[in-house]
Amino acid sequence: MTDYYNFGLRRLKKSRRNSGIPLHFFIPTLPNPAPSNNRSLFPYSPANQSVTVRRPFPLSHGTTTLGFIFQGGVIAAADTRASAGGLVACPEVHKITPIHSHLVVTSSGSGADCMLWERILTREIRLYQLRHRRCLSIRGTAKLLSFMLHPFKGTEVCVALTLCGWDKDAGNTDCTKMSEDLSSTTDDSSSAVCSSQDVTAMAHSASPSSGPKLIYVCSDGARLQGDIFSVGSGSPYAYGVLDRDLRWSLSKEEAISLAREAVFRATHRDAYSGNNVDLFHVTAQGWSQRKREDLKEEYYRDMKRKTNIVEG
Amino acid sequence: EFTRLNLKHDPGKMKEYHYTGPVEHRFSPYAFNGGTVLAVAGEDFAIVASDTRLSEGYSIHSRDSPKCYKLTDTTVIGCSGFHGDCLTLTKIIDARLKMYKHSNNKSMTSGAIAAMLSTILYGRRFFPYYVYNIIGGLDEHGKGAVYSFDPVGSYQRDTYKAGGSASAMLQPLLDNQIGFKNMEGVQHVPLTRDKAVQLVKDVFISAAERDVYTGDALRVCVITKEGINEQTIPLRKD
Repeated sequence: MTDYYNFGLRRLKKSRRNSGIPLHFFIPTLPNPAPSNNRSLFPYSPANQSVTVRRPFPLSHGTTTLGFIFQGGVIAAADTRASAGGLVACPEVHKITPIHSHLVVTSSGSGADCMLWERILTREIRLYQLRHRRCLSIRGTAKLLSFMLHPFKGTEVCVALTLCGWDKDAGNTDCTKMSEDLSSTTDDSSSAVCSSQDVTAMAHSASPSSGPKLIYVCSDGARLQGDIFSVGSGSPYAYGVLDRDLRWSLSKEEAISLAREAVFRATHRDAYSGNNVDLFHVTAQGWSQRKREDLKEEYYRDMKRKTNIVEG
Repeated sequence: EFTRLNLKHDPGKMKEYHYTGPVEHRFSPYAFNGGTVLAVAGEDFAIVASDTRLSEGYSIHSRDSPKCYKLTDTTVIGCSGFHGDCLTLTKIIDARLKMYKHSNNKSMTSGAIAAMLSTILYGRRFFPYYVYNIIGGLDEHGKGAVYSFDPVGSYQRDTYKAGGSASAMLQPLLDNQIGFKNMEGVQHVPLTRDKAVQLVKDVFISAAERDVYTGDALRVCVITKEGINEQTIPLRKD
């Protein structure tokens, strides 16, 4: 009855039971499952035979993440609060994870689901790179992820990821795990100059093969490419701020400041978002991370600004 | 149809006293056995502490059931929640540690154990282990490390974490005393081992006052490069 068969070696085999998912899942089944003829496509899909076990604990949900494309690349921003029911389970989660040097993914939905599926995706991308000696494109990555999640449609897996990355030209085979410029605590105007030179050479979202890409993948089966996405309980507030000021011709500093402002306003109004803001910037050279910023200070600065406006 | 499933039963909270009609109670494979676990990471040490009360509903099954389990010479795990799942989970972790040792001729590091536990827990995503885990130990560089988990495998490395029934009470206190949060104008002194042990004892005494599922005794495991040192301190028995 237990999952002792989970041990070691059999775990990684893509057995027929899992319909190709590289992870063994223990699915609780009813003693006499009703024959379901209309779902014969995925006979072993978890949604088919499982009985839902009622959980006595809440899982983490609730977030604000956003990503947008502009002339200087892709910006990905997110808050850092993980809430479980009414409790802040962790005030310092990492919701933006690098997959390889030119792709970061922002996660939203259930914390454990996102973390594990990102790990699975990283492994599959790395295996693809080792087998085929080239980097999988961002669209291909999104498709792979969407197809891996498909058997879990209808179950309680709740994953909404935004892949923010830069597709390199066909000849370039290098996508190492870690980007060269790891820590950029101050805004670097020189990198803004060189990334804008790269991007003006490529058409904005008309070139199918290279350039910045933003794709939203969710466990319901949606896979959408776009220029701006915001996901999570705080996304309506973030969209409001972004829609006002977002333009293709923003400079790097303006884009970063806009993303920060959007997350800040969303955390202010949404109870399930808060604490800090993480910001990643992806260019042709790879991703770079801005130092994590505590929004508590920003809130006090904003209050002071408002009182100055009233008085002055 | 007079039956309605009892949807909102939360263990540890009183049901609202209004009449909703006859309710069908489905068999729940879970039980809540209480208990609190705490882990703190220092510069060259880690502390994992737990109370030793095992309760169910209004009864106490045992006053001497500690929730810290030694995994390797440098790692201790604290598991609280449903005791049956805690026992099975630690059994599975021990077996996997042995397998790793025999295949790779070395013990698993704390980070590796944490990553493995995450996949073990997620393998049961659709019928989770009802266990709140916290791993405390020393990493490969000899620094203290704490990894905290949710019941389905989401984890991250922290400096301190409380889990279990009194976690919501203890975590803010630890945020203030160890993380120096929400205080102005204080010097951030690094935590020494003796001060950390004393803090853990004080924190559990407070937890035993206000949480009914915490009490009886406190088991503290201090992990340093010399080994694992265990102490037992009595707590309120009521």
